[in-house]
Amino acid sequence: MADPCIDVATFENLRTMMGADYIGELIDAYFEEAPQLIGQIEQSLASGNAEVFRRAAHSLKSSSASFGALQFSARAKELEMIGKEGNLDGTFEKVANLKEDYNAVHAALEALRDGD
Amino acid sequence: MGIKTRTEPGHLLVVDDNKVNRLLLSRSLEQQGHSVETAENGRQALEMLRSRPFDLVLLDIQMPEIDGYEVLSQLTTDLHLRDIAVIMTSALDELDSVVKCIEMGAEDYLTKPVNPVLLRARIGASLEKKKLRDQQRELIRKFATAEVADDLETSGFSLGGKYVEATAMFSDIRSFTTIAESQSPAETIELLNTYYTLMFEAISGHGGIVNQMVGDGLMAIFGAPLPQEDHCEMAVRAALEMIEMIELFNYERETEGKLKIRIGIGIASGQVIAGYTGTLHRATYTCVGDTVNLAARLESHTKIVGEPILIDETTCLCLANNIHTLDQGLIQVKGKTREVRIYSVPVDQKS
Repeated sequence: MADPCIDVATFENLRTMMGADYIGELIDAYFEEAPQLIGQIEQSLASGNAEVFRRAAHSLKSSSASFGALQFSARAKELEMIGKEGNLDGTFEKVANLKEDYNAVHAALEALRDGD
Repeated sequence: MGIKTRTEPGHLLVVDDNKVNRLLLSRSLEQQGHSVETAENGRQALEMLRSRPFDLVLLDIQMPEIDGYEVLSQLTTDLHLRDIAVIMTSALDELDSVVKCIEMGAEDYLTKPVNPVLLRARIGASLEKKKLRDQQRELIRKFATAEVADDLETSGFSLGGKYVEATAMFSDIRSFTTIAESQSPAETIELLNTYYTLMFEAISGHGGIVNQMVGDGLMAIFGAPLPQEDHCEMAVRAALEMIEMIELFNYERETEGKLKIRIGIGIASGQVIAGYTGTLHRATYTCVGDTVNLAARLESHTKIVGEPILIDETTCLCLANNIHTLDQGLIQVKGKTREVRIYSVPVDQKS
């Protein structure tokens, strides 16, 4: 199944590397952590804390790339760069998009996990 | 998955605030045969590192509370932790941060997501290097005095061969064969043991180390492996004390009706090549070079001059005014094209 959200080659490589039994645990960890990080991004945007904003986006970028969620990871990176600049003005829409994209990533990973 | 490391497994700590990264790294490392613990942030990592031994740390840079820089800086300045190898794990787009970490003392880096082949190679290389450093420390413990070993640990190791400014000293017992023939073998060994004990005390008391003992002769070095600013003067003062101790020892021998012993000491200062030589199981700190040869020649020249302590011009020029020396003129030394000026140090001065 080719999913635009997830680079299948990266994902399958990860599955082979980690072992089929372990990949589920890894996905669970991601499902637990990614929403927390997105929550941190939203909160820090609201409070104007660019440092927390940057770090949460950085962390999200990193783990998302491991699963092959490359586009999503790139969006997180974009937010990380904005946080690094220090001016969070006008990023509300980007954060809303990120949240929506995550839902797609979540669904795609869920399907890939159950697909084995 | 049964990928095993070629190197011996180590006890590793993975530090990352991202749970997926922690799981990924620890799983990969466990598959390669290592035992792994994880920490979520720098503070937790430092607590763990201080409470039990680890061989290697995989350290994320960006973390809340205490970040990777701070952990690294604390590790490299902690006497007990600074030999733990640190490999930074970072995103591809923060390589400038990695450079900073390498400058701070990190051993290597890996970019995330981590490639398992690279991971194995880097971990293997780092653990090998750590093993070597541990072995070197063990060697120093075996062959240096406790003080030198401690000082070395505090000042950092310099194990490869290198040029250092130092003072070399040779000493041996005059007419030792005659003395040996005048007494029983047990007495001779006892004499040697007393002699070495006295000489070691005078030498290490002045910051020198004895690095060779052959029969009734010994070689000592001042100013290496630990730098010593006044190594020339310390060597001469040690020599004066050695003579003084031998004189005290002779009183004792005289009352027992034994032959007095006399020693000759040669001292030369300058550049020497210093380093550890030997094999894995037996190694010693060695100094070689012209300066060392000259000290050996001066020691044997004491017989000709009839003075117990002879020093070269470099040593003489470094001495404080309160140590008297006598110019003994120029002598021809094997291996030197020009004659060298030598000085004796009269023993009847306060050392």
